[in-house]
Amino acid sequence: MRGSHLIACHDCDLLQQVPTVPAGGAARCGRCDAVLTRVIPRTFERTAALGLAALILLIVANVFPLLTLEIQGRLTHMSIVAGAWNLWLQGADWLAGLVFVTTLIAPALHVGLLLWVVLPLAGGRRGPAGARAFRWLQSIRPWSMAEVFMLGVLVSMVKLADLAVIVPGIALWAFAALIPVLAASMVTLDAEETWRTLAPEVPEP
Amino acid sequence: MTMAIERHLATCHACGLLQRLPAGPGHPRAACPRCGADVHARKTNSLQRTWALVVASVLLFLPANLLPIMEVTTLGTPQADTIMSGVVHLLEHGSWPLALVVFFASVVVPLFKILALLLLLITVQRQSAWRPVERTRLYRLTELLGRWSMVDIFVVTVLAALVQAGALAEVRAQAGAVFFGAVVVVTMIAAESFDPRLIWDRLGKETPRHE
Repeated sequence: MRGSHLIACHDCDLLQQVPTVPAGGAARCGRCDAVLTRVIPRTFERTAALGLAALILLIVANVFPLLTLEIQGRLTHMSIVAGAWNLWLQGADWLAGLVFVTTLIAPALHVGLLLWVVLPLAGGRRGPAGARAFRWLQSIRPWSMAEVFMLGVLVSMVKLADLAVIVPGIALWAFAALIPVLAASMVTLDAEETWRTLAPEVPEP
Repeated sequence: MTMAIERHLATCHACGLLQRLPAGPGHPRAACPRCGADVHARKTNSLQRTWALVVASVLLFLPANLLPIMEVTTLGTPQADTIMSGVVHLLEHGSWPLALVVFFASVVVPLFKILALLLLLITVQRQSAWRPVERTRLYRLTELLGRWSMVDIFVVTVLAALVQAGALAEVRAQAGAVFFGAVVVVTMIAAESFDPRLIWDRLGKETPRHE
């Protein structure tokens, strides 16, 4: 439960007194319908559990082959990192950088920062540099493109279906599982509660 | 209805803390006491930045769609593929639902984003009172959809790596892909730099002011 407090809508700046929001409930802006605040019960424990699951899936996704190509009985494997690496070898540096950031760096930071913020909170204490890590997490999130990459992999498999037999690897399943886990972790994380716990001494205006 | 800015209050863009801004002319700024981010009542130079980025994305959009994004060489004959020919190829050889998804992500979404941002910029600048709720929703949708345009970049990435690994043929990324990636990145930053509260700022100004 979160007590009644003053809030300004982040989308339309309307100043409004939000009534007491019960656990599991949400308050929406009276003018533009944006979600003002959402109260999620046991947010840190649930998000930490999802974050740990995401970490395991991310490691599996990057260690095992993503796709295996079979041509005349010969097998060749392709991993996630091979995508960016191969573009780099072709001399397409800009694209390689973009792919490297969106498929490797940003998802790794996404999961890493999430755990950095949430694990200590789940244990009932405040970890070091939690506020900074949470800010970084929020700026990195749009660039973490696991689900878009997955769609790209599916399209590629269809395009190559005529030419060769493509077998999905362990990494593909791990990556597919990572998408709902990451999405769920963003739903279970109560941002307002996180900020209030990270910096409890800040007064309300 | 009171807006926070009228009471010299501002919401921190990073952590959402409502706080009192220091009084002063122009755009007062301060560091958020909770998370340390720069706090302004409105995003800095939002309209100028968004205009510059939208104009840039329009300029990048043409080569992104006209130039080939990849070149496939099978048995010594190179064949260039643009975004659109890739969709047509999927439609002919693959499955139409997937072709539809790629068409939507690669052609419709970037165009929609550019047009939506232009509409938002122009209506805000004309101080329009037209459908503010719908315009705010349009903004949220623009923010949400942008990333999906990256799908074609990833298709080129995976095809090039797989084909390379299997020595089937050769797939090389071409200039169109660089422009296309730039369109996605630039429109994502453009959406981020637009401040939806500007849509609402002008609404209160219709009523005659008594000075």
